[in-house]
Formats: sequence, C-alpha cells, structure tokens
Amino acid sequence: MVAAAATRTMTYQQAITEALQIAMREDPTVVLLGEDIAGGAMVDHLVNDDAWGGPMGVTKGLVQEFGRNRVLDTPITEAGFIGAAVGAAATGLRPVAELMFVDFFGCCMDQIFDQGAKFRYMFGGKAKCPVTIRTQIGAGVSAAGQHSGCHYSVFTHMPGIKCVIPSTPADAKGLLLSAIRDDDLVMFFENKVLYGTKGEVPEGEDGIPLGVADIKREGDDVTIVAISRMVHQALSAAEALSAEGIEAEVIDPRTLSPLDDETILSSVAKTHRLVIVDEDNPRCSAATDIAALVADRGFDTLDAPIKLVTAPHTPVPFSPPLEQFYVPSPERIADVVREIV
Amino acid sequence: MAAASTAGAVELSRDTLLEMYERMVQIRIFEDLAGKNFAAGLIPGFVHLYAGEEAVAVGICSQLTDNDYITSTHRGHGHCIAKGVDIPGMVAELMGKSTGVCKGKGGSMHIADVEKGMLGANGIVGGGIPLACGAALTAKTLGTGGVAVCFFGDGAANQGTFHEGLNLAAIWNLPVVFVCENNGYAESTPVRYHCSASDIANRAGAYEIPGVVVDGLDVFAVYEAAGEAIARARRGDGPSLLEAKTYRFYGHFQGDQVTYRTAEELDQYKQRDPIAALHVAIVDRGIASEDELATIDARVTQQLDDAWTAAKEAPFPELAETLTDVYVRY
Ligand SMILES: Cc1ncc(C[n+]2csc(CCOP(=O)(O)OP(=O)(O)O)c2C)c(N)n1
Ligand SMILES: [Mg+2]
Repeated sequence: MVAAAATRTMTYQQAITEALQIAMREDPTVVLLGEDIAGGAMVDHLVNDDAWGGPMGVTKGLVQEFGRNRVLDTPITEAGFIGAAVGAAATGLRPVAELMFVDFFGCCMDQIFDQGAKFRYMFGGKAKCPVTIRTQIGAGVSAAGQHSGCHYSVFTHMPGIKCVIPSTPADAKGLLLSAIRDDDLVMFFENKVLYGTKGEVPEGEDGIPLGVADIKREGDDVTIVAISRMVHQALSAAEALSAEGIEAEVIDPRTLSPLDDETILSSVAKTHRLVIVDEDNPRCSAATDIAALVADRGFDTLDAPIKLVTAPHTPVPFSPPLEQFYVPSPERIADVVREIV
Repeated sequence: MAAASTAGAVELSRDTLLEMYERMVQIRIFEDLAGKNFAAGLIPGFVHLYAGEEAVAVGICSQLTDNDYITSTHRGHGHCIAKGVDIPGMVAELMGKSTGVCKGKGGSMHIADVEKGMLGANGIVGGGIPLACGAALTAKTLGTGGVAVCFFGDGAANQGTFHEGLNLAAIWNLPVVFVCENNGYAESTPVRYHCSASDIANRAGAYEIPGVVVDGLDVFAVYEAAGEAIARARRGDGPSLLEAKTYRFYGHFQGDQVTYRTAEELDQYKQRDPIAALHVAIVDRGIASEDELATIDARVTQQLDDAWTAAKEAPFPELAETLTDVYVRY
C-alpha cells in the first residue's frame, strides 16, 4: 500500500483554485478563459491585480502568477469564448473555460455539443479536444430561475462529453486535475452551495481517475446514490436512519460520464435496495439513467422498487421557502428509505 | 449641487416634466431602499441597482404606452418602474412574497408585467434582444401601432443575440428601438477592454440603421433622441440603435467591492446626478418650486415606506406554488 499523502483542511473553493494552479504550473498550454475570471482588465490602478478573480473568487490570485496572457478575461460572449476554447483545444492548447452559471449553456451549446464533443468521432478519430469547461450549478441561494439549475443530465446525455461532479474539496481537486489532463471535452460542475464547505485535501499533484465512484459511507441495508450537494443531504439522512438501526451505503458517482456502473451494481447486490438522490430535474435525468442501469442489470438483486428523490419538473423558484421545498432534503430522503426498508 | 447643462431643445409640458421627475425619484428611492434592505438581509439572492441611470429609462418610457413593449436586463428595477409596474408588487417580489408581481417566484432579476408591456427583467445577458424583435414583429403583424424598446448594457452588445437582433430588425424593418445603456463596465470589466468599438452606436452602421450616441445623464437629451427613434419606428421606418452613456452609482451587484473604479470617477459622475440636474432645470425654468419638488420627494418616500411595510407583513407563497405555472395545461 502506498503511503497516503499528507492533507490539509481546505474549502471546496480553495481546492479548485489549487488544482488550477497546479495544472497551470505543470503545463504551459493550460490557459483560463472566462468573464471576470481576473476582472479589471485595462484598469490602470490595478496593474496586474485581479478585480474579482471570478464572481465567486475561485480564480483569484491566478492572474498575478500567470499573467493576463494565460488568464484571459472575455467579453460576455459565451458562444465566442467557449467556442474559442474548443477550437484552441483542437489545435494545441489545453484551455479551462468558465461558464459562469450552467444555466447559460443555451448561449454556447452549439460550440460544446455539436462542435467539440463530436470532432473526434466525425473526423474518424483524428482529432482531440482537451478542453475543460468549469461551471456553477445548484439551488440554495435564491439565485432564481436562470441561475440555479443543475442541468448536468443534459450533458450526460450527449456522447463525446465527460461529466464530472465533485461533492467534496478533495474530490474537487483531484477530479479537476484529471479533467484538465484528460484529452476529451470535460464539463466540470461546481456546486455554488459547496464552495465554502471544508474538508481534508491531499497535498501533491495526484488526480482522481474519472469514472471511479466513491463510497462515502458503508452500510448493508440500502444503497443511496447521491450527486453533488445531495451527497451531503444523503449522509445526513443516513445518520438519522442509523439511529433507527437502518444502515445506508452512500455512493457518490463523482463522474456521470463515464459512470462507474460496477460500484453501484455491487452495492445494490449487497443491500438489495436503491434510492437515487438528484437535485436535477427528474425527466430523462441522471437519476432515471442510474435507475435504468440497475433495473436492466441488477433487477434480480433488488428486494424493493427503486426510488428516486429529485427536484420537481419545474424551474427553480425564487422565494426561499419554495426553493427549500424544491431541493431534496435529508428528511425526504430518510422518509423514502423508510418506505422500502 | 452643481448640475449638468440640461438646456435641451425639447419643450416639455409641466405635467410631463413633473411626472418624469417623480418617476426618477421613485427609481432612486426604490434602489436606495433595496440596497439598504439587502444589506439588512431582507432581500434574498442577487440585486443589481439602477441608481444613476434613471434618465435613460424615464426619458424613454415616458414616451411609451401600455401598447408598447420593453425588454429589460438583470438591472431592471428602473425599467419596470418607468414602464408603470406596480411598485408595492415589485417590493414584495424582491422579498419573495406571495403578493409580488410574479407571486414571489421570479425575484429581482425576473420582474415582469406583460399587461403593461413589460416583458421581463432578464438574468441572461443579451437574452432580451431577440425577444424585443419578436414583440416588434407582433406589433407590426397585428398593426397595433406599438413599438418595442430593448434595453441592454454595454456588455450585452458583445453577445451574438445583439448582432442577430439588429440584423433581423433591419431586414424586416421592425418597429424596435435598441437602447444600449453604456455605464462603462460589464461587471468589473471596462468597456474599453471588452468592446472593439469606441462607440457601440457605431455598430448600427454594420446593419445600416441609425446609430446615435446620447448623454444618458441628461433626461432631456435622452427624451429627444429616443423621441426621434420611437417616431421613426411608429412611422414604419424601422429600427434604430441608441447608445446612452451613463453610470451606475452602486457596484455591479450588492456586495461588489468595486475595486475596479476609483472614488474620483464615482464622484465625477455623482456631480452630474441626473435627478439633481433635472431638479435644477425645473426650478430654474420656473416650472415648479423647490417646495413642490420636496412634496413629490416626500410623497415617494412615503409610498415606498408603505410598500416595504406591506411587503414585510405579506405571507410567503404556499409551498404548492412551487409546482404551478410550468405549463398552461399539462
Ligand atoms: C449569458 C450571461 N452571461 C453572463 C452573465 C453574468 N452577468 C450578469 S450581469 C453581467 C454584466 C453585464 O454587463 P452590462 O451588459 O454592461 O450590464 P450592466 O450590468 O453594466 O448594467 C454578467 C457578465 C449572465 N447573467 N448571462
Ligand atoms: Mg455595463
């Protein structure tokens, strides 16, 4: 066994910043593009300081180290700069673009799914597109209908796109490093509610391989597959259930494309029960996809119907009580588990 | 306070001028209170304030009726008030209360009132531009005589929707007025960095429609320039692009540290406060006295205090409201 790397406590946000810094240090072709990722371009008194470092401060400090040639503020032109990142990726750079909120994908989707994601296939395997698109997802801060969606299911649906969805600081760092080093187009979904959450993060430059789920809690009575922030809701539910003698196994797929089928199937083979918790809208979603996987290949191991705990088939409401109702809660998850155990 | 020259050529009636003044004061006090109450934790989410830019919304919307449309932006409170959206309903919407104009489901960035021709604030930069073309297409097709006015920022002028919208309006000769509110910045990024054109109005040339730059701090100048563009659209002579050079007195959103602007720059613009300038012009021209204007100020202050009191007391929506209004029928 390899000695585990030393760790420090960091926020999810700091872990992402650190991964970007490592990737930029190790590879001069890594460039960042996005709106106000430095901020204050051409403002005399800032010289080479950033004004914002991104709307949440995730890219703060990087322009000081790497300069404005590698940390490029863009105009508000998502089709333009996401497309440029895709084109640059196809020709020798390894760009990391920031789509400020995933809800804005409508402004640039052609460049992602009809261009970047299909180059390799359409060109007979003679091209690659090593671009990472970081974006913010999730409800919980009353950002309302056009700044609160998850929408990773849309991208998971599309061949040629890899989908990475970290739930902890350590996963955020390791997965972002792998995403950037990966030679395919990767969507990297950061949950805005998690930016301030803390956890132990390994030192060093190791990535976490894409396509490997993580068992966040072991248990024998029910498998809960949860995504992004829902991992934490599921872990709270599991604590409550444990007091009642129900031991839930909580699985974080960490990447939805590729999906670690085997970890999910073997957990269900052990617990015989499956609940999927997903903050995305429920139709044609990550949740229904995982349910279909287990119905198809794990049906014989099930002792109860597969249950889904998801957001409703609506946009995200603004009003705080409604928004809270919209997001799956630990209570709702625990109730559903009790129904089938 | 020093005032900018407002020696506009337009002759406006006393009623019109006082209405415009009152609207501008409504916007200013609405925004100042929104800023204060956001800091006090009464407004959830993101809030982008329009203070400083009042002359643009009011100079234009005072020439529109409910039969005309506007599209707006994330910085939409001023456009809403200028277009006559119910102020108590707006305040309640900011708080997410059931008495809000959108039942609390939209919030600051999505205030709308289609009956008043106000097609929504918008969380997507550039999102309103094609919509305005569509509204103008309706007006033209149905022969309503209405026009569409499309408000957007300097930052939005780099979106594809801007270029697509201008071209579409030009080839279809649509009754639309594109109004770029150039406040110098898109978030923390100065327009001199993000935009290739020294004047955004120059981009009109590419689509062979009129492009006009106007001082957005001068309500008379805005009124006059917009009047021509609106008249042209109503006559069936097609779209125009108006660029109003303006400034926002607050940060991009509440919470912005605004490190990208200097205090001197802000000060310079505050010296040219569009409301103070209108105030001086009204008094200097003998249109109304200081006292009459003070009465208006007091009335608006009271109106907004009442609106906040009512909004604080109003209930949040029922949880079941989460699931309604997705479709007309399903
Ligand atoms: C499509 C899209 N991209 C990015 C954003 C984030 N954003 C919100 S406002 C803004 C700046 C807008 O600048 P400008 O158009 O000049 O309007 P202003 O804020 O100055 O009124 C940005 C980048 C967004 N809301 N929508
Ligand atoms: Mg601007």
